[in-house]
Amino acid sequence: MNELQREYPEEIERILAKYPPEYKRSAVMPLLYLAQRRQGYIPPQAIEEIAQILGLSTTEVASVAGFYSLFHEEPGGRWRIQVCTDLPCALRGADEFLKNLCEALGVTVGGTTTDGLFTVEEVKCLAACHRAPVFQLQSGSEIKYYENQSIDTVLALVEELRRRAESEKEGV
Amino acid sequence: MKEHILLRHRDIPDLHRLEVYQKHGGFEAFRKAVTALKPEDVLNEVKASGLRGRGGAGFPTGVKWSFLPNNLWPHYVVANADESEPGTFKDREILESNPYQFLEGLMLASYAVQANLSYVYLRGEFWQIARRLDACIAELEAAGLLGEHLFGTDYSLRIYTHLGAGAYICGEETALLESLEGKLGQPRLRPPFPAVYGLFGKPTVINNVETLTNIPPIIERGASWYRTYGTDKSPGVKIFCLSGCVNRPGNYELPLGTTFRELIFEHGGGVPAGRKVKAIMAAGASSSLIFADENALDTPMDYESVQEKLGAPLGSASVIVVDDSVNIAWLVSKTVEFFKHESCGKCTPCREGTFWMNRIVQRIEHGEGTAEDVQLLEAVASQIQNKCLCALGEFSIMAVLSGIQKFRADFEAKVNK
Repeated sequence: MNELQREYPEEIERILAKYPPEYKRSAVMPLLYLAQRRQGYIPPQAIEEIAQILGLSTTEVASVAGFYSLFHEEPGGRWRIQVCTDLPCALRGADEFLKNLCEALGVTVGGTTTDGLFTVEEVKCLAACHRAPVFQLQSGSEIKYYENQSIDTVLALVEELRRRAESEKEGV
Repeated sequence: MKEHILLRHRDIPDLHRLEVYQKHGGFEAFRKAVTALKPEDVLNEVKASGLRGRGGAGFPTGVKWSFLPNNLWPHYVVANADESEPGTFKDREILESNPYQFLEGLMLASYAVQANLSYVYLRGEFWQIARRLDACIAELEAAGLLGEHLFGTDYSLRIYTHLGAGAYICGEETALLESLEGKLGQPRLRPPFPAVYGLFGKPTVINNVETLTNIPPIIERGASWYRTYGTDKSPGVKIFCLSGCVNRPGNYELPLGTTFRELIFEHGGGVPAGRKVKAIMAAGASSSLIFADENALDTPMDYESVQEKLGAPLGSASVIVVDDSVNIAWLVSKTVEFFKHESCGKCTPCREGTFWMNRIVQRIEHGEGTAEDVQLLEAVASQIQNKCLCALGEFSIMAVLSGIQKFRADFEAKVNK
């Protein structure tokens, strides 16, 4: 048993049960999400653990992790603010929204705030074009949508999350 | 329209709850099918309804089902909930607010092709929706509507959700299957088609969420009722996603054959700040640009009319309105950047072509281009045409070629500075 199996035994079993036993490779993406939950990115050790569980090579697992944009191979902020700037959103001010957000947080696109809490990213269409500007907040393997946003609403959320992180620190 | 057929949650509060959905006739079609109809009865009814795939291709759904051979087993059904086309947000509303009608449609499709195991492939961004669907599926199992020996018959069915992880290409059905098998989302060479060699190498039906959501009312009320909506060749209703420069963007469920004018002005409230419609994209970022003259605005939105009168596919009916403040070279820089990012890298013309188109169009957009760059852009786009395994390569050049052709002045304004 490796670390991933020790940490999430029931969830791994539940994931594997979804697919015919001879096609357990199908579980690679759900397992990558599981691995990402711990630290917000997929460390090399997790790639090896998933390869062990599924009987794949580490190259096969790493190539899947590298192909899909919601898997991160590098650490980022605790929360990733992912703003859609595709055409329908851009027609409703998404580019300016992203620029203002970056300025307010003192980062460039792809950058992380100095407190390590927020990474701002530009992403592709989120299927929320009628409610632009829109972003998703990715944290570990969780994703939440925030629609009809303005610079004020997103900064209010940032403050709320900062306070949450602060109170957790004090709690320790 | 008096009543919604797909967006029924707008008429019936709390339709996302099982007891409410059942109180309004939910799962009666499925019960009737499993207990009283043969699989081919369900298939024939859907065939007779003329329902066509709502994911963009418009292929007749019943015909697609009938391609599955009866000497190769097991069969699978996969619901395509990878909704990723810029300008498209209809499946999300169904999944969030009317999930049981979608699931009943998937269950009826599964019964029609005698699949005992079906999957819902959702784009990774729909993480919250997947959790809710899992809860819906658990409720259906508890209620005896999913599981072994349904209604005391020999028919059994299980459904599982599977999350993608951010890749537009996985909306293409063979890339979706690869992804579901735990591989890179890259399209397969066809033939063999998924109907013969699909998921795990077995016969498979892949249907879009909106397509499947049409099935319960068709089985419940019959093909001839369904055909009272829409046109002869494009029967039924469609959810039109309206976005861009419009006062009331959103989803509008209307009969196929509704005009652009009615959608944009009557339902969408027209264009803000008294501006004029300059161009229409009928199929999201994959659109061939439509020059928005009176003739275009009066064109009925069905699969035939849009193609025949305007030379543009209706696709997923994701209507992006572009007003006269927008420069089309900028618009093309946005769509090309999207396809460059989403090219899976398998076919050289698409991988390299989208890369080079992006370099050129960004140069033009930033005022650093020359008149030759516009020709070069056109030439690169033409070399991608008809040379790729899947439609992504084709989609990437639609706005480029139609944009240069119909709005050349916008490109010239950028390069002559």
